[in-house]
Amino acid sequence: MSLKEHFEIPGRFKQWSLILMGIGVLSVVVGYFMYGSDHQGNRFWSTMLHNSVYFLLVVNAAMFFFCATTLAWGGWTLVFRRVSEAVSASVIPIGIITFVILLCIVFGGKSTIYEWLDKDVVNKDEILKGKSGFLNPTFFVIWSTLTIGLWTILGIKMRQLSREIDDTPLTIEDGKKYIFKNTVWSAVYIVWFALTVASTVPWLWLMSINAHWFSTMYSWYTFASTFVAGIALMTLFVIYLKNRGYLEYTNQEHLHDLGKFQFAFSIFWTYLWFSQFMLIWYANISEETIYFKNRFEGPYQGIFYLNLVINFLAPLLIYMTRTSKRNYATVTFMSVALLFGHWLDLYQMVFGSTFKDHVPLNLFDFGVAAGFVGLIMWQTGNVLSKFPLVAKNHPFLKESIIHHT
Amino acid sequence: MAIKKFVVGGFTDEPVLFEAVKKVRKAGYKIHDVYTPMPIHGLDKAMGLRDTSLHTAGFIYGITGTTTALSGIGYIFTNDWPLNFGGKPHFSLPAWIPITFELTVLFAAVGMVLTFCYLCQMAPFVKKHHFSLRSTDDLFVMVIECTSKTNEAELEGFLANTGAIEINTQHAETGWWLGRYDKDKKPFEQKNTAIA
Repeated sequence: MSLKEHFEIPGRFKQWSLILMGIGVLSVVVGYFMYGSDHQGNRFWSTMLHNSVYFLLVVNAAMFFFCATTLAWGGWTLVFRRVSEAVSASVIPIGIITFVILLCIVFGGKSTIYEWLDKDVVNKDEILKGKSGFLNPTFFVIWSTLTIGLWTILGIKMRQLSREIDDTPLTIEDGKKYIFKNTVWSAVYIVWFALTVASTVPWLWLMSINAHWFSTMYSWYTFASTFVAGIALMTLFVIYLKNRGYLEYTNQEHLHDLGKFQFAFSIFWTYLWFSQFMLIWYANISEETIYFKNRFEGPYQGIFYLNLVINFLAPLLIYMTRTSKRNYATVTFMSVALLFGHWLDLYQMVFGSTFKDHVPLNLFDFGVAAGFVGLIMWQTGNVLSKFPLVAKNHPFLKESIIHHT
Repeated sequence: MAIKKFVVGGFTDEPVLFEAVKKVRKAGYKIHDVYTPMPIHGLDKAMGLRDTSLHTAGFIYGITGTTTALSGIGYIFTNDWPLNFGGKPHFSLPAWIPITFELTVLFAAVGMVLTFCYLCQMAPFVKKHHFSLRSTDDLFVMVIECTSKTNEAELEGFLANTGAIEINTQHAETGWWLGRYDKDKKPFEQKNTAIA
């Protein structure tokens, strides 16, 4: 079989990514003059925080996906592994944007998103004083730098490892060494992932908006949310390339497994969502229920239930059967729905805390989100076009080609 | 059930078996079953078996469990014996979700295990005929059912051509019986008494 090795970016793909990025930049500029210029810039900075953190964690989830499968010696992903690598390359630009936004929020003084930044408030407050070893600008900046920096460096290292064998067929001995090296580096990434996404980063970036409130489920819940969205994003790129006639080795068997991943982690997300909600609801302690008060009964009620419908009921019922997971149309539909659903999930996590009385969702939020989508399309498309689409010398490739569910 | 006549062919390798299955089906013989030491991907398709309906059964058991839990708890806590738990309303759905979930899983799991056992005719003391004990070790065994028109000598020759190394003809009970292999000799003695 002759392979189309290199992805040529179609004109319309490029055009759309540029248009979406343009919309994003325009939204940021207009939004800044509408909402960001006065000293109460919460509206502007909440939107920036929500979108940048969401899309950063989503593209980082693609990185987690291929590192976890590498660590587990899961061979079936090999035929579309370059796609997950290309998606994870977006960690670099979005990481820089997120970092700049976090710095602006912490040092800009234009918003009151993080109440622990205010020294007068902290000094009067026993709880915040107790947390000040963790919630202070110095630690915040150091930890965010380390987080985004190591994601970037380890991502570059993993992608480089994958590409270095493109021109050199491996002997069996070299193959074993190569697999071992891959396993070690992905293990390093997984450990760092556990220390960041699975624990500290959601506390620091999102949960500290409610500095008094805490939930032990929060990080895992954020991880599950963005992981489902990350798989959905990768699936969309796989289907797009498949439609354009690339990725000849990828077939319905791989699509089926991606669908299973989305299905399984949607259920996992619901499990964490419910575990967090029910314990707080049942214990009914006012310090804890304050978080759900305006989400469950207040202005965010609509989003609260819509969130459950899109992210739990829809995948549960639509992805239940084998045929729907093997159908390109339903998988595309569900992937888009899940990407939007988890965007909405993070929306209520941020805005439910910064705007307690009303839901300020409008075109500005969608515009900024469109900008990030355009950026991901641009970066992923560029990386895909630069390197071969299939790692043809990887020892596990055959296992992936004959993969059968 | 009935005692029927079977031609049994043993193969040593998977690829040979796949080719043989294709040829036997093409020649129009009726494959009774194929017994293998381990599960083989794609063999069901090669044999032309339809997809199992076990998962549909599982779904039905699952929603039965959901309905049982919700209607049971709902009736008990709102009508039959309303209790006040920490000031919560009598109809408090979030508190019932864990039980509902457990009952859904329980019904689905137990129901599917029982259905699976029924479909495979497995239960304690239920015995079925072994065409070749080596199918539990290293032999891939294809069993072809003979009809009144089958020429078994021709069929044995055909199987030998496809690569079978062990070929024989057996009269065997197709259904199950209750008993023990170590003590109960009856089914084995009966083997040659009737011919299909």
